[in-house]
Amino acid sequence: MTLASSDPRAAWLMRLGDASLILGHRMTEWLSRAPTLEEDIALANFGLDLIGQTRALYTRACELEGGTRDETDLAYRRAEPDYRNPLLVEQPNGNFADTMARHLLFAAYATPLYESLASSNDAETAGIATRSAREMAYHLRHAGEWMIRLGDGTAESHAKAQAALTDLWPYVPELFEADDLDREVAASGFGVDPSTLRGAFDAAVDDVLARATLKKPAERFGQRGGKGGRHSEHLGHMLAVLQALQRAYPDARW
Amino acid sequence: MVNVVESALENLGDSADAVADRAQRARLQEAARAAAARVTDPEVPVLTIDDLGILHDVAIDDTGRVTVTILPTYSGCPAMGVIALGIETELMKDGFADARVRLTNAPAWSTERMSEAAREKLRATGISPPERVSGKRALFAPSAAVGCPRCGSSETERISEFGSTACKALWRCRACREPFDHFKCI
Repeated sequence: MTLASSDPRAAWLMRLGDASLILGHRMTEWLSRAPTLEEDIALANFGLDLIGQTRALYTRACELEGGTRDETDLAYRRAEPDYRNPLLVEQPNGNFADTMARHLLFAAYATPLYESLASSNDAETAGIATRSAREMAYHLRHAGEWMIRLGDGTAESHAKAQAALTDLWPYVPELFEADDLDREVAASGFGVDPSTLRGAFDAAVDDVLARATLKKPAERFGQRGGKGGRHSEHLGHMLAVLQALQRAYPDARW
Repeated sequence: MVNVVESALENLGDSADAVADRAQRARLQEAARAAAARVTDPEVPVLTIDDLGILHDVAIDDTGRVTVTILPTYSGCPAMGVIALGIETELMKDGFADARVRLTNAPAWSTERMSEAAREKLRATGISPPERVSGKRALFAPSAAVGCPRCGSSETERISEFGSTACKALWRCRACREPFDHFKCI
């Protein structure tokens, strides 16, 4: 696998940025379609936080790389194999339970990730992670509360929440599988080895599922590839929308 | 004021007297800081960037160029661009023609950087200020008491974790029945 950047620190930050960009874009697809006005605003805020975090991560990655590219190049001028997000975040929004289940899983992974990255040996990265961890804690609570409400709600909402978890669980292992790049940046004190985050993830998710009367799906197999640039069909369709303006009008500015 | 600053900037570093030169630079730095500190947050105009703890550092070099360092707040806050433009404009008004704004994530901004005066101004404008504790708390632990900014009651409840801007959540008071914004604690 070739890295997304010649600098391993930049390649690793870009991977984090790709995950938050793709999930952030998924949130924008909910605008004006959420079940209530408050929830529409909440989902928009999810997207705003995630895309804001992406900008900071991409900008720092480009600085570390040497400044030949910027955040716009990374977000709008790359093709599917250049994106290194885990497959979970590119899964379609589905119904409201699908979106909340996906968000619970991501936030339960991202919160301890950023908490740990807050002690990076790169002060800028540590600062970005410090703020992001506090923001993701809000996401975790909000998605968790919804999963409890749906799981412990009506028979229909329970069934949909359980089905969402079962469908998405195969994408969980990839979040925590460390590859050479993860190990390299963790060893240098810059980044975090994701395999160290599984305990915190399980504790948060188990707490929510118990309150929600939902069953934790068995982890029989894992779908993986996104972190290496091998994606599901969904990503290309999403990028076609995300990048349409820059593709049609290259270098367009506000 | 403008003329004084302009001529002082022109002579910066020219003096043979190092002590006088340092004093002059300190005065200019002070003036530049005061100009930058006037800029308000476009989303919460009662607060200046100094109140919010966004204004981190103001430096001036031998050529008279002013560098203002600010701390970005919430990741999704779209106000940073407007704030940077505001800083350049205010500095220009006071005679600092060569100014640039730099963003840094180190140290990380937090609501703990807000001054007590800022919290009072928020309350007066109907926004409940952030709790004093930022950072980690148990996932479903009850949040610290959020007082109603209108009647002061602590009989309040959260309507939505997310509100009209990236920095606010929506609450309501059970005593006076008024809904209000609460500044999110990060």
